[in-house]
Amino acid sequence: MNLIVCAKQVVDVAEIKLDASTKKPILVGVPQKISDMDKNALEEAIKIKEKHGGKITVVTVGAPDAKERMKELLAMGADEGVLVPPPDHADYHVTAHLLAGAIQKIGSYDIILCGEASIDLFSGQMGPRIAGLLNIPQITYAQSITVDHNKVLSEKNLGEKAVSMESPFPVLITVTKESNQPRLPSLMAILSSSSKPIHEWPLTGVSPEALLPKVHTMDIKGIPMQRKNIIYQDDLDQSISKLVDELGKVGVLR
Amino acid sequence: MVLVYSDDKKLTLELLNKAQELGKELHKKVIAVTIGHEEFAKEFLEHGADVVIVIETSLQQFKAEEYTSILQSIMKDHGNEVVLIGSNKNGKELAARLAAKLDAGCVMDCLKVSLHDKKLTTERIVYSGNAIAVEEFTTAPQIITIQPKVFDPLPRNEHHKGEIVKKKIEPEHSPSKIVKTQEMKSEGVNVEDAEIIVSCGRGFKKKEDIKLVSDLADVLKGRTVGCSRPIAADLKWLSEDHWIGLSGHKVKPKLYIACGISGQIQHIAGMRDSGVIVAINKDPEALIFKSADYGIVGDLYEVLPKLTSAIKEKIG
Ligand SMILES: Cc1cc2nc3c(=O)[nH]c(=O)nc-3n(C[C@H](O)[C@H](O)[C@H](O)COP(=O)(O)OP(=O)(O)OC[C@H]3O[C@@H](n4cnc5c(N)ncnc54)[C@H](O)[C@@H]3O)c2cc1C
Ligand SMILES: Nc1ncnc2c1ncn2[C@@H]1O[C@H](COP(=O)(O)O)[C@@H](O)[C@H]1O
Repeated sequence: MNLIVCAKQVVDVAEIKLDASTKKPILVGVPQKISDMDKNALEEAIKIKEKHGGKITVVTVGAPDAKERMKELLAMGADEGVLVPPPDHADYHVTAHLLAGAIQKIGSYDIILCGEASIDLFSGQMGPRIAGLLNIPQITYAQSITVDHNKVLSEKNLGEKAVSMESPFPVLITVTKESNQPRLPSLMAILSSSSKPIHEWPLTGVSPEALLPKVHTMDIKGIPMQRKNIIYQDDLDQSISKLVDELGKVGVLR
Repeated sequence: MVLVYSDDKKLTLELLNKAQELGKELHKKVIAVTIGHEEFAKEFLEHGADVVIVIETSLQQFKAEEYTSILQSIMKDHGNEVVLIGSNKNGKELAARLAAKLDAGCVMDCLKVSLHDKKLTTERIVYSGNAIAVEEFTTAPQIITIQPKVFDPLPRNEHHKGEIVKKKIEPEHSPSKIVKTQEMKSEGVNVEDAEIIVSCGRGFKKKEDIKLVSDLADVLKGRTVGCSRPIAADLKWLSEDHWIGLSGHKVKPKLYIACGISGQIQHIAGMRDSGVIVAINKDPEALIFKSADYGIVGDLYEVLPKLTSAIKEKIG
């Protein structure tokens, strides 16, 4: 089995602070990590490999420092990494072409796994885009994946419905947060992963038009949260009666 | 043209409102598409569509590959300025695949949409609710998805006439197969419509204890129970229609009471537009208090029964 996992380096959204004067989020100096659900995607790939054998390649479009984060994925159980640096301006169209291009260069693939969404942009866009460019079936929001001979069976969760889908290879699957608990690499695994390769591939093989963004980001505005922050923490009965009075006054108990 | 599609009829009506406005500015027709539901066509016309394309197909169920090829074929015949797609799980994977097939830009979950020089400018939440990205398309086709309740449907206008076109499209075949569909247990709540929501999180020790929030919700006239992601997704104590947050439902009730919820940014992303926010948490350092108007630091097992009876007394 040739398994490919698309993993994105993102800023840790829980660590973002707003600039007091501009009210914009401060994005420099925020710790970076691998987007949560991409680890779920890798965990699925590792489980498939454990059962059926094969090779797992992790692909990232990102800055050179993403290499550090990719090492964690190699320690978890991926065999190789591929890092493609993006051009200065990249949108989903551009990045999808870069990822699809890298996947085609890897050559042989049975299952491509993505996260259901990235935690910074949370679009759920990249997976289906890659599937579209490669012209292969897509299964999104997978909660379980079972490989059986020459096909894969997957349960997807649509909230009001659960849909079981089956697909031959190759197929692209996006994985939810609840599908599994990503493993923590052991110290041994961390040490032995240092010999696994991370290839840096330049932007070759992608047509120049594919590198022209269709969407430009004009501004990132902050969303200041202005709340009263009145916290009662002394005597409980008093707190409750004060709260109920306040709620009555502001008119939400009618 | 301005094309509108969602597999959710209500959402289609909401999108038609924005589509009509964009159509006017661009001097383009608004085309609503329904796949297999001829019975919706008249209503779509009365809510702003100039043309309704009814796709007659043998397809029984949604598959992104096949629905993408249907929309692609419509766009080939009718030109392709702007595409508005309802933002649910099916809609998002459809929009993204369509964008790849057309080498088009696509912006998901837009909250604001405007036109400058015939190009769309959009706003959407990024960084899990920390910021809004303002984005601008450089070229058509321009594909966006919009969530429920961002726009209201236009009032019904029986005099708004248009054309209903039936089309047979046999979509490109996809090698994947739907082998089973199972209706999930749903309690049929609609948190998006709720005026008052009482929500529970992992501060609850067992499923039965959720009665404490439903009792409070009952006393308040809202009667709607919400929850954090772990309660619906991991523990499955409540169905997903209760789930509030970045990956769940976005709500704006006039009163939101969060009980035993820590207030991680992803939860806040779903309820930050609420009128008044109340938090009950035993940890005085809990993040939720930063996002709350009023908070009580205490054990919810003690606070909730007392709060419920105090409110009952107050409103009788
Ligand atoms: C990409 C992504 C998307 C996500 N989407 C969502 C989403 O849509 N919605 C969502 O909710 N989460 C979402 N999450 C998860 C989110 O980050 C948090 O993990 C989650 O909201 C935590 O749920 P909780 O507050 O119920 O549980 P916890 O964080 O475990 O908090 C429990 C709280 O209860 C308090 N408590 C415990 N016992 C008591 C008691 N007896 N009385 C009073 N208080 C008590 C504790 O002090 C604590 O603050 C998402 C995460 C990611 C990475
Ligand atoms: N720059 C990237 N490099 C590698 N994978 C990515 C990148 N961006 C997105 N992905 C993949 O696409 C998924 C969905 O991302 P998004 O469409 O941004 O929500 C992520 O979980 C990743 O698996």
